[in-house]
Amino acid sequence: MPGATPDVDGGDDPADDGVRIDMISGARMEGLTSMEKIRLILDGVREGNIVILEEGLSPDEESKLIEVTMTEISPDDFTGIEIETYPKPNAGNKSFLDRLMGRESAQKLTVIGPANRIETLHKDENLISTLVSRQ
Amino acid sequence: MGLLTNLRDSILRVTDGLFAADEPKRIGIYGPPNAGKTTLANRIARDWTGDAVGPESQVPHETRRARRKEDVEIERNGQTVTIDIVDTPGVTTKVDYKEFLDHDMDKEDAVRRSREATEGVAEAMHWLREDVDGVIYVLDSTTDPFTQVNTMLIGIIESQDLPALILANKTDLSESDVTQIANAFPQHETVPLSALEGENMDEVYTKIAEYFG
Ligand SMILES: Nc1nc2c(ncn2[C@@H]2O[C@H](COP(=O)(O)OP(=O)(O)O)[C@@H](O)[C@H]2O)c(=O)[nH]1
Ligand SMILES: [Mg+2]
Repeated sequence: MPGATPDVDGGDDPADDGVRIDMISGARMEGLTSMEKIRLILDGVREGNIVILEEGLSPDEESKLIEVTMTEISPDDFTGIEIETYPKPNAGNKSFLDRLMGRESAQKLTVIGPANRIETLHKDENLISTLVSRQ
Repeated sequence: MGLLTNLRDSILRVTDGLFAADEPKRIGIYGPPNAGKTTLANRIARDWTGDAVGPESQVPHETRRARRKEDVEIERNGQTVTIDIVDTPGVTTKVDYKEFLDHDMDKEDAVRRSREATEGVAEAMHWLREDVDGVIYVLDSTTDPFTQVNTMLIGIIESQDLPALILANKTDLSESDVTQIANAFPQHETVPLSALEGENMDEVYTKIAEYFG
């Protein structure tokens, strides 16, 4: 692919220490089963990416996500996930994350990352904006 | 064929009868690591059956597998409520064996312990979806309750429509802040207690009988 323009999915080069963000839209998730959603999330996280879900998971799916995460933890390889949800931003006040997703107010944004790379995903837009700007 | 079908039907009828209304409710004790779940489970078991459930510890994930105490009969106001209590490992989204290395453990032990911990948490999550009839959610009232795991777990419990009693533990400590816990989950009743010192256990048992009886 000619012309190395920075893209959201940047960082295919394993030597690149940048943070890669997988943004998954509500539309993308809509047709998937619970297990497919969880697989999609964990595959991204296990590659070291931060996964942002435009629309969060249901409580049942969150519970399955924890369960599957536990079964995949293994020494010196995968220590689990950090997960934060961001409540629906106030209408009219377009937040950074809304702009990031390029649409109007999101449902319940959920950010999931590998535990060993993110000690705490603070409920702080600045952190995410820092991560994104490091692309 | 007919004979087998009849036999099966009558077995089903008999077992249905056996497992009818009197079957004790299975109550899961959930909450973050170190909240005092095992201390509480042991106190309940000792108060009503005379023996304990399992070891309490400052080392996180001491309870790696869910432990059960069956047929705990709690008497309140002349009525008896029979419950099975299930002490679960603290729910978490991550386990790193290296954290155990600080607790005087070699790598092999730490890896085994963390594997048991992950299996225990997976099992506890599975049970929450399939196998418990009610939840006692224990929080350490000296720590901030607004964590992602607490919010997620309470959401999961609510979505299962399970009766849930929230306990604000460790009221014997001066940093204890019960109001903060009550404010974090205003949709639920919060009962303060010290599982270690046995403070306010009367109210805890009254609420257990009320919620799970
Ligand atoms: N001060 C105080 N300490 C407590 C209380 N309940 C439990 N603990 C202590 O907290 C630590 C963790 O208790 P444990 O029951 O193992 O927690 P679990 O991980 O939730 O099962 C232990 O050192 C307990 O002695 C309490 O009511 N007051
Ligand atoms: Mg315990």
